[in-house]
Amino acid sequence: MRSALTRLALAAIVGLSAACSAAPAQNRPVRTDTFVAGLGSEPDSLSPVMGYAADGGSLLYDGLVSRNADLTLRPALATSIPEVKGTTVTFTLRTGVTFHDGTPLTSADVAYTYRSVLDDKNDSGIRGDYAAIDSVEAPDATTVVFHLKHPYAPILQRATLGIVPDGSLEGSGFEAKPVGTGPYRFVSRTPGDKIVLEANPAYWGGVPAIKKLVLAFSSDDNVRATRMAAGEFDAAELPPKAAARFENTDGLTVHRVPSADYRGVMYPMNAPVTGDLAVRKALSLALDRAAMVKTILAGAGRPAFGPIPPDTTWHNPAVEGSPTPDQAQAVRVLEEAGWAEGTDGVRARKGTPARFTLMYPAGDSLRKELALAVASDAKKIGIDVQPTGLDWDAIEPRMSKDALLMGMGTPFDPDYTNFETFHSRFAGQGFFNPGHYKSPEVDALLEKGREESDPATRKQAYDAAQQRIRDDEAWTYLAFLQHVYVVRGEWTGVAPSVEAHEHAAGGLFRNLAEWKPAA
Amino acid sequence: MIRALARMAAWRLLFAVPLLFAVTMGMFALAKASPFDPVRQYLGDRALTTSPEIAERIRANWGLDRPLIEQYLTWLGNLVRGDLGDSRSLHRPVAEVIGDRLGWTLLAVGCALVLMLAGSLVAGVAAAWRRGSWLDRVITGTAYANEAAPVFWTGLLVIWLFAVKLRWLPSGGLTDAASTTVEPGDVLRHMVLPVAVLAFSQSSWLVLFVRESLIGTLREDFVIGARARGLRERTVILRHALRSALLPFITLVGARVPELVTGAILVESVFSWPGVASASVQAALSADFPLLAALTLLATLAVVAGSLLADTAYVFADPRVRVLGVS
Repeated sequence: MRSALTRLALAAIVGLSAACSAAPAQNRPVRTDTFVAGLGSEPDSLSPVMGYAADGGSLLYDGLVSRNADLTLRPALATSIPEVKGTTVTFTLRTGVTFHDGTPLTSADVAYTYRSVLDDKNDSGIRGDYAAIDSVEAPDATTVVFHLKHPYAPILQRATLGIVPDGSLEGSGFEAKPVGTGPYRFVSRTPGDKIVLEANPAYWGGVPAIKKLVLAFSSDDNVRATRMAAGEFDAAELPPKAAARFENTDGLTVHRVPSADYRGVMYPMNAPVTGDLAVRKALSLALDRAAMVKTILAGAGRPAFGPIPPDTTWHNPAVEGSPTPDQAQAVRVLEEAGWAEGTDGVRARKGTPARFTLMYPAGDSLRKELALAVASDAKKIGIDVQPTGLDWDAIEPRMSKDALLMGMGTPFDPDYTNFETFHSRFAGQGFFNPGHYKSPEVDALLEKGREESDPATRKQAYDAAQQRIRDDEAWTYLAFLQHVYVVRGEWTGVAPSVEAHEHAAGGLFRNLAEWKPAA
Repeated sequence: MIRALARMAAWRLLFAVPLLFAVTMGMFALAKASPFDPVRQYLGDRALTTSPEIAERIRANWGLDRPLIEQYLTWLGNLVRGDLGDSRSLHRPVAEVIGDRLGWTLLAVGCALVLMLAGSLVAGVAAAWRRGSWLDRVITGTAYANEAAPVFWTGLLVIWLFAVKLRWLPSGGLTDAASTTVEPGDVLRHMVLPVAVLAFSQSSWLVLFVRESLIGTLREDFVIGARARGLRERTVILRHALRSALLPFITLVGARVPELVTGAILVESVFSWPGVASASVQAALSADFPLLAALTLLATLAVVAGSLLADTAYVFADPRVRVLGVS
């Protein structure tokens, strides 16, 4: 209710106020003691075991490893990045690290954290991500050994999971007072409002310059923009259109951060129209991705042609296309495949009209606008795409028959989500490969990429898989989104890196502990 | 009379038991009929990257695969033992969640109730006293307009005026975003707008009622008599007329409790007030059944208690009224 009602009314109100007051954002002196970050979505749980910041970026916890801005791994609680040998990985722990409650970190805590994720009684939403782990052992206080069920190279990427003290999740006290080893420790939480953190004076990586940190939550984009303008926030994540008013404002910096968060059309492969490669290829050719990025995303994005974002090392540069449409070529592809022009402007082949439904989640205005844009571009080449807004619960049973505007993507490892999205083993399993895409070649490449530990061999496998998926036009990718942040004041240490679909990995704020006021 | 009252209270409470049964059973039936999948809401964004096998396991852990009646009896059994279960969306025991938030709701609603009663009495009396004047027209007109305006709309208008344009008061939350502790002064500043909006939005009925009732009473013989005896106008209005005009007012207040609950839900949501009412919106949106069930139970109890209190007050206010069960 809040989102629908308030968004509508506040959009009007904020627009009005911006128009009549045109008051520039107040330049309040930067506070060095307390930093307030305005965020859109509040984590349900602060426990890494339940999935909080499992991909790193949590300021409360440390994983065995963490990430540099270029997404390469660096040791955190481990002393070095180990090598994956077959089905065994051994981490050696840093010594002298203590939790916020003063207890020293040992390998028992690490083993406990991973075992808790894997324990199906804990209802952890991320259990599936760690399914490759067979057991975790702690032979001595500083050694942790992971035994895997099968060779699984991305295990190192999964080691960003925050570590909690042994036994801390028994009972219900953890959510009220979470304990980790991270640069910030928990002070208080007002659900629906904010979480207050303070610098950990005993942090092994050095005490952060920002001493008090408030994560303030406000799900409404316009409210967040207003509170940013009013000086309540020192930084905020905002949608591109709401951030536009802060461009060229003294004392404020707008950061546009690339992400792996794509939007694309998922095709049901067994349906008569979308099952035809020519239709999929022609549609991809006919789309004006440049216009979608410019108007629908307000410039905060880039055209997409595959599931792996261009700013990461795993991207295959050969998988590209033209951001502008080529209708003539699209029509040629359709004609050659026998889709002849019909009387009502819709092409047909052997009595089958080139018509399909494109579903989108009804509450998501971005996907709705993209679906409408796809339909309008498709119409120009004689394909009738019918956009239909539905609830997720209504979408799920229809995914094997109707196309869907989906959004996913993580930049960390090409195995993430892609294995389940394109491997035939997962065909029709919930939201994994909902379109029943089947390609033995892609299956083999995905398996190879998962099992090989040599980065060069993996890169080769994923390059080939990306090419194959593009050749099959398994999905039609539209755009990668950019996440937009507004930051007040001058800071050093701000290090944007390609972000995931969710803001869960902290976004721009993932390394806030390293930010320092510029002199 | 006290014994009679106690008997009435006992009767009411006895009656509340089947009512609560009906409400909770209806709630379970509705939850079962709801098209929303609680496991999907629980997983959130991760629903798309979670295998159906894990989702099924969570469903089984929650007992959602059991027959409806078994789920209901389990829940009821736990409730009787004082265990409200764990909130699925907040990952904490429901009792703890409600305990954290109930105080803030009682504070806001309590202040709003006092403000509403005082405000509508003053406005209603003023309008009746100066019937037909511009003051009366302004008060009556505002009351009608307010009755027609949805609460959230009033709330947003007030935010725009006082928080965005004038910047006198904060737009929401319990404390300033940057404050790391809860200071009374800070909370007080944040309370002004939500309390005022809640009180104002619920007041039109009462203002109009006080005005009508008082105008009617002013025509009665005893008022005319009082005036004829040369009593001061203030004494006539406040001591004689208002007193008798106010009797049904008490019932009306009791009957307004359900709307106060609805109003609180909207106001708490608009102003990000961390009370139980805004938690119920969150619980509903995330299909968090254990939390939603406990909050519905709480709201039902509030309504039952509200009408009981009103009836009790009525007995004290008007000696002519006989308590149920005493002829």
